[in-house]
Amino acid sequence: MRFEASPLQVVVALLVLAFLLAFLVVPVARVFVAAFAAPEGGFTLIHFADFFRTSLFIESFWNSAYVAAMSVVVASLIAVPLAVILARHRFPGAALINTLGVLPLVMPPFVGAVAMQLVFGRNGTVNLLLMDWFDLRLPLMEGLNGVVFVQALHYFPFILMNLTASLSNIDVSMEEAGQNLGARGFTLLRTVVLPLALPGYLAGASLVFVKVFDDLATPLLLNVTNMLAPQAYLRVTSVGLNDPTGYVISVILMVVSVAAMVGAALLMRGRDYATQQRGGGGLARRPLSRIGMLLAWCFVVPVLVLVLAPHIGILLLSLATIWSYSPLPDDFTLAHYGTVLVSTPQFLTNTLLYCGAAGLIDVVLGVAIAWLVLRTKLPGRKLLDLAAMSALAVPGLVLGIGILRTYFDVELPDGTSLATSGLMLALVYAVRRLPYALRAATAALQQVHRSLEEAAENLGAGKATTLLRIVVPLMAGGLAAAFVTSFATAAVELSATLVLAARDTSAPLSYGIYVYMQSPAGRGPGAALGVIAVVTVAICTFAAHRIAERERARRSRGGTSA
Amino acid sequence: MTIPGVEIEHVSFGYGATRVLEDVSLSIRKGEFFAFLGPSGSGKTTLLRLIAGFGMPDSGRIRINGRDATREPPWARSVGLVFQNYALWPHMTVAKNVAFGLERRGVGRAERERRVKAALELVGLAHLMDRRPAQLSGGQQQRVAIARTLAIEPEVLLLDEPLSNLDAGLRAGVRAELVELQRRLGLTTILVTHDQEEANAAADRMAVLNEGRVLQVGAPAELYDRPANRFVAGFLGTANLIEGELGADGFRAGGVALPVMAGPPGRAVLALRPQAITLRRDGGGMLPARVLRAEFLGTHVRYTLEAGQGLRLTAEEPHLRGLDPLPPGTPVGLAIDPAQATLLRA
Repeated sequence: MRFEASPLQVVVALLVLAFLLAFLVVPVARVFVAAFAAPEGGFTLIHFADFFRTSLFIESFWNSAYVAAMSVVVASLIAVPLAVILARHRFPGAALINTLGVLPLVMPPFVGAVAMQLVFGRNGTVNLLLMDWFDLRLPLMEGLNGVVFVQALHYFPFILMNLTASLSNIDVSMEEAGQNLGARGFTLLRTVVLPLALPGYLAGASLVFVKVFDDLATPLLLNVTNMLAPQAYLRVTSVGLNDPTGYVISVILMVVSVAAMVGAALLMRGRDYATQQRGGGGLARRPLSRIGMLLAWCFVVPVLVLVLAPHIGILLLSLATIWSYSPLPDDFTLAHYGTVLVSTPQFLTNTLLYCGAAGLIDVVLGVAIAWLVLRTKLPGRKLLDLAAMSALAVPGLVLGIGILRTYFDVELPDGTSLATSGLMLALVYAVRRLPYALRAATAALQQVHRSLEEAAENLGAGKATTLLRIVVPLMAGGLAAAFVTSFATAAVELSATLVLAARDTSAPLSYGIYVYMQSPAGRGPGAALGVIAVVTVAICTFAAHRIAERERARRSRGGTSA
Repeated sequence: MTIPGVEIEHVSFGYGATRVLEDVSLSIRKGEFFAFLGPSGSGKTTLLRLIAGFGMPDSGRIRINGRDATREPPWARSVGLVFQNYALWPHMTVAKNVAFGLERRGVGRAERERRVKAALELVGLAHLMDRRPAQLSGGQQQRVAIARTLAIEPEVLLLDEPLSNLDAGLRAGVRAELVELQRRLGLTTILVTHDQEEANAAADRMAVLNEGRVLQVGAPAELYDRPANRFVAGFLGTANLIEGELGADGFRAGGVALPVMAGPPGRAVLALRPQAITLRRDGGGMLPARVLRAEFLGTHVRYTLEAGQGLRLTAEEPHLRGLDPLPPGTPVGLAIDPAQATLLRA
């Protein structure tokens, strides 16, 4: 076997490898080392023993597990009926359900959390009205309940999307065979349809579990600190970088996350039911009966109200003069927008700068790795792909703590730490979003038929010219979508940001929202920033969606690019 | 002696343990229309790609117009390859596609525009310059691909299965145009195909490849009439391949003797084209046989016959009105012209 690699390929691969080592592998490894290292050096389990001897930590562990599991349950209660209605029935409100599936995602849960408190909290709109009318109070936002409520409402679209996709991939003949053998109605749903859709449900549910289990920002904003992620954050920020507990919790977070994902993958193994036949149709959509239609509307409309509540709440809060102990604000003003634009414009410009840089880094790295994997025979190229994808398994909090541990002592020329600089935030955002950008770049490059490059080489273009004139223009749509997605999701990342952002002057938008929300007076400007974040994410999501649609249309029009 | 257009000297190539080409040597004359013919997996496309510079032979050399091009990268060769799927860039107009190679060669703007126009006129598509590839039919896309290649005035033109993506009804016409264009330009051209009719009709000479080896080289009729081995005899047209023993009284197989030209005695294979067997309805001829099956094909009827002990033969009878196909079981006589039979080594 010849060693087939040009110097260019080797250089590119080494640069990518250096980036992944420096900002992903080494920081995470440092966290593990710190969790298992004895004070006098050497391996020890003493920190873990300490952890399990402390009642607060045990309680936090079970609380995190409970919140994650309950969030899956509540999210399922919302998502499963919606998915069944959407995939199996002719429902005039289908477009509404599709909208329901996107609305929560454009609002970061920590922004939603504050608004939810105003609407559903102890002294929120709903409870004030209930008190007035029925002398009744619902503890929707009390303690862990609040976290479950906010998280379930934010993450149910993951289950909805995965389940709808796998429901619509079931071939109509599967159902017809069941009917032919005598099953109908709920029996058919239970014995044929739902088992076939199980892999999609599991994929969505495990994702929700992991995201909730690892989340730092939402519990922190709701003032719930007896959970794992907040405990790790508090230990590292208050006790200090040398306290081993933060690292122990980080390791536990990672192990549970990876175990949940691996567990779901094992459960799904051998259950990849691709039943769609060539020329076959998806699941038959049948009309709803009058009762069914009524029930469907009675379910969809309240869910819509719930989903819209945080959006409306945050908008009202951003426009409110005072909103306290009353169902609605007393009066309205635009002053909060003025405040955030005039007195703290750096939150916005920093976000533009860091997230723009992160998006660019992701596109460049994504293209480089995709190119190495698909277009070269470089030994070990698959490992680069794997290393980049492994960022998915690393919670933002853990990566943040690892970066602090690794780079806190590295001083920049101005005397501040590299770990808490804006540059580092951009790099961390890039690492966290790289898996998505990499998959997008890989898909885009796969769409470019090899012969399109060979034709250019045949006509006299070298590798570099071919890349610039042929490959990159043909990938442009996919890359633009990847950039926009990276940018938008990085703009509302808070877990790693909370750990790394040190000063208001160099902090981004998400940190700004958190800081403002800490004081009653800051809630208005915080909400204004939140609205700006939601609008930004919504526009970016819409743009990415449109670009992807246009690409699909261009490809299906023919030509040899497919 | 003139320098060959393309000379392939003892080229071998493989991916890991898989051997794709084994010691291939070929000499393609300047201005010749040459064809690589073989089934899929025979290595013909790999050989074409090596000539274009996509991949480097494990051993051996490739010369283009006398120059050793083995180690030249694809972009440094002047070898125009027309891809099977045309590989037109969907983000460029027809004119941009055609101009690309000229830009790479630093041809000035005015000259470039003139040559783009000339190349497109050559294929009759100058009026579609500003279209995108997706707005063209399959046949038009192919012409653009050819124009894009011809615009750089290559030393050699390579055509990879050029007709396979066209509707069956278009193929004969496009093939004739290709040949006409090649004659007019006098360009050394290599066509890769698995379709013997395509190779027969277009090529001056051709090489039959199988399992990475060149089995025979020659003009189409020469290969058809005098196949060098069983594979070539069976791959080019239909042939009866009869295993038997060559002796003093002729070729013995299945308990009967067939008339052949003399050859060295021993085991041998007799290749016999269906049209070399004359079917006599009156029972004349020297070999009695029985009809097993008749296939009516319009211009002729193809019979599967049995002679002697289980010797199966395929013969063809020209069809005319009034000459109904014979039902199974009908006894007939066969006449075989020894001059049409080819003896192959077993």
